[in-house]
Amino acid sequence: MSTILVTMMPYWEEKIGLPRTVGLEFPFGHTLGHAGDVQEQTAVVRDALRVLAEAREPGNVVHLPYTWPDFERWKREWQPEKPAPIIRFLRERAEARRKGEAAGG
Amino acid sequence: MPVDSFKWMPASLAAMYQNMPVQREEPIPWTPLAKPLNRCRFALVTTAGIYVPGREPPFDTEREEREPMWGDPSYRTIPRDTRQAEIGACHLHINNRDILADVNVVLPLDRFRELEEAGEIGSLAPTHYSFMGFQLNTTEWRERYAPAAAELLRQEEVDAVFLTPV
Repeated sequence: MSTILVTMMPYWEEKIGLPRTVGLEFPFGHTLGHAGDVQEQTAVVRDALRVLAEAREPGNVVHLPYTWPDFERWKREWQPEKPAPIIRFLRERAEARRKGEAAGG
Repeated sequence: MPVDSFKWMPASLAAMYQNMPVQREEPIPWTPLAKPLNRCRFALVTTAGIYVPGREPPFDTEREEREPMWGDPSYRTIPRDTRQAEIGACHLHINNRDILADVNVVLPLDRFRELEEAGEIGSLAPTHYSFMGFQLNTTEWRERYAPAAAELLRQEEVDAVFLTPV
């Protein structure tokens, strides 16, 4: 089976090496674009299918020039309302270390 | 302009990821596309943690709450004619609101049905797959669930897979 991957983090694909990738700068959880924007979603799908059809060698990463307005709002908006368990765990661990250092120092 | 992969991420998290060691896949796997797009059967695979309530259970987020380093490595099946109202979402690392409003932002079922109808692709397979993308330890995912999903894709004679991590 042939594959095409659409991602907002082409960093990983460039490091790891995948058959074919398209990267775009959309916020997490919005790989194909805005909710309800049929035109944008179709354009992304067609761009990705073009790379699938035209790539001739593995490791192909194409950066697509899509933009997403309102960065300040969306850098918060894509995140879950309640921080993920790993984020809470890391914050609590960092806090415990700070307290430990303060008590020890 | 190249895509900034860390644009949306808090700086502390971005620094952590950028310092993570990465093992490069050599040689990079390569399966040439065997047919033109308008003769290919497509399947969609996302890591959005979506599922169809009543068809299969949700991903095990209760265990993830108890064990923050663990993520459910299994997958859920999404039939091609699933309607928006039938979609459930339980990924703890993203805001699921837009997925519950329009699943096409992560699994473009409607867009591919339109391309099928227009004759731009051959067909959309009967079944599509959802994983939950938070996987610090990928052993069980690699050894058990990914091969099982790949086998089901083969059984449905899929030519090309459209992958959409979130």
